[in-house]
Amino acid sequence: MSSAPKENQTFPLRLGLIGSPNSGKTTLFNALTGLRAKVGNYPGVTVERREGSLDLSGRSAVVMDLPGTYSLDPISPDEAVVSRVIGGEIQGVTAPDALIVVADACSLERSLLLIGQVLLEERPTCLVLTMMDELAARGGRLDTQRLEDALGIPVVPVVGHRGLGIRQLRECLTASETWSRPPVLPPEDRELLSAWVDSVMAACHAQRPAFHALTERIDRVVVHPVLGTLLFAAVMLTFFQLIFAWATPAMDWINDAVNLASDSVRTLLPAGLLADFLADGLIAGVGSVIVFLPQIVLLFALLYLLEDVGYMARAAFVVDRAMARIGLEGRAFVALLSSFACAVPGIMATRTLPSPRDRLVTILVAPLMTCSARLPVYALLIAAFVPAANVVGPIGLQGLVLFALYFIAPLAAMTVAAVLRRSLLPGEGMPFTLELPSYRVPSLNLWLSQVGGSAMAFVRRAGTIILVASVILWMLLTFPRSTPQPDLEPQAAAAYSLEHSAAGRVGKFIEPAIAPLGFDWKIGVGLLASLAAREVFVSTLAQIYATEDPDASLREAIRTDVNPETGLRVFTPPTVAALLAFFVFALQCTSTIATMARETNSWQWPTFAFGYMLLLAYGFAWLARTVTAAALGI
Amino acid sequence: MKSNFNNEANEAAGDLFLAELRPGESGQILGVCGESPADRRLMDLGLLPKTPIRVLRRSPLGDPTVYEFRGYRLCLREIDAARVRVRPDSGQKAPPGVGSRLQTPA
Repeated sequence: MSSAPKENQTFPLRLGLIGSPNSGKTTLFNALTGLRAKVGNYPGVTVERREGSLDLSGRSAVVMDLPGTYSLDPISPDEAVVSRVIGGEIQGVTAPDALIVVADACSLERSLLLIGQVLLEERPTCLVLTMMDELAARGGRLDTQRLEDALGIPVVPVVGHRGLGIRQLRECLTASETWSRPPVLPPEDRELLSAWVDSVMAACHAQRPAFHALTERIDRVVVHPVLGTLLFAAVMLTFFQLIFAWATPAMDWINDAVNLASDSVRTLLPAGLLADFLADGLIAGVGSVIVFLPQIVLLFALLYLLEDVGYMARAAFVVDRAMARIGLEGRAFVALLSSFACAVPGIMATRTLPSPRDRLVTILVAPLMTCSARLPVYALLIAAFVPAANVVGPIGLQGLVLFALYFIAPLAAMTVAAVLRRSLLPGEGMPFTLELPSYRVPSLNLWLSQVGGSAMAFVRRAGTIILVASVILWMLLTFPRSTPQPDLEPQAAAAYSLEHSAAGRVGKFIEPAIAPLGFDWKIGVGLLASLAAREVFVSTLAQIYATEDPDASLREAIRTDVNPETGLRVFTPPTVAALLAFFVFALQCTSTIATMARETNSWQWPTFAFGYMLLLAYGFAWLARTVTAAALGI
Repeated sequence: MKSNFNNEANEAAGDLFLAELRPGESGQILGVCGESPADRRLMDLGLLPKTPIRVLRRSPLGDPTVYEFRGYRLCLREIDAARVRVRPDSGQKAPPGVGSRLQTPA
């Protein structure tokens, strides 16, 4: 895109994009910069910083997408970012040369309060009116020429998602030095500002648009006390269906492809360290991330679809009161729900939360939700140790145990959230605000790019870290190389090498610490390996017990395993209960930790989450062991 | 708390808190009680004197409530709507006692 003359390259024009949530700011940003955004963080806060480049007939420009805001009067340090960026008060962030205020033409009256505050900053400013088509469709009117006269700044109407008016806007941006300034500034006092808004509305012959009739009709059903609740439940069920049923074929397919890849490496390469590294370290490591991609893509596809249509705000409206009980708000529910698939998209979904504190609390408890990586571990342990007896009618004990494990998780998340709210992270005293936008037909292009972008972010961010982690784990499980006696069978030899590897030694080293839970060094190695991803626990145990078929014979092997020193079974019911409890609470997931670090822009919060979850895991594992032992009279 | 109120002089007997208006009713904003950052935010959302406002509906769980004013629909919780004074439009004033479930904010 830079075939342009280079004379101004060193000082690109910096344009700050300001607007309230739902003003069409992001759509306009995408239309201007073509989705080539550089994403980062502002220093010291958890606010996302997005910048994109733009070529204005030879002059390069940078568009800074400032966080959506209703006001320049901040309540929290994170909110203060907008006014601090405008004032050039953030180190390392150059203040914008000119400001673009974005406002929805249908609710101009509301946006004029923000516009008034921006004009008081006395910077070169222009106003972009989005959704002019909807204004006309709803019988509203607005004379943009008169609005320009009344405000004293350039006004450009656009239809961002169709690209209409973008050319005119680019022309306008080229000449930001010549933009007219308001002859008289709006009043600073809010009540006088309100009168100023009325006068501007009158001056531009504004005819307020009629209610979006379809939105009214849909809302009569969607937020109806009975129908709305039913619809909400149906949407939530669809989420679970997506995560557990519809994503499964693709996940199986990916699993097969990963296995095929590691098998072909083994056949193509001579047996040895390189083949082991590629098959068990690299391919298995990458595979353990990629396998979650179908769930994540489907989840984001549904999330963004519901968001773009306008349902997400309604869902938050419906559950807000329940979430308020634990000190959170309706929007946090969606993020927690997504975490049932995987905490990574759940944590990423917290970006819709306007309050940074709410967002942090939600991020910290999201990994407690029963993500799908826990399922293989639960499945193995339940199938091996919980009797398949029926309790009541067709309801089996195994199913009940699984249900209980799923049920504990949200309960724990809610409790921790409530505790965090009352201790470390109290609210900022910001009023809860949620806009109900008009329903609209989503743009396919925008939707695809949102889903694709999130999937790529998952693969890139989690993928790199989990790749490194699985390679390190593989090395720990492989080195130092020991020479087992030559007469051992290959599987027994593998088990011997593992026991004498670094991981085996660490497992033995931490054995005293986990002995109170009934865990031996082998479980210790499994727990260590599961730090890469929880389900790795199963394959590691399979490796340790040197079984070929991880499903059937591993079950048998762990059922009959005997501690050589004590002569007692390793996996007793109390130990299994402790292990299940441990997996309910512990944060054994490198991708989640990496995503948390990325989203909170710190290592302090992921460390905190890891620590408190480990404490919970240890405590509840001990409790589960003690209670089970007492109940069974062991 | 009345002493905090911006437009005390303009208040009349039938005036209510916004949270006391029922779905379907409408009124005119008199002002936000107080000057705290949260109160200033409510004002910046457009809850300023003389603004006409209409109550659309409550959430199935009873809170929050959707209001329509200044050309947009905004949900507010009862606790925040209880910081805003309104003058109900004539002919639909809520009967006495309707707002009794409302806790007066501290």
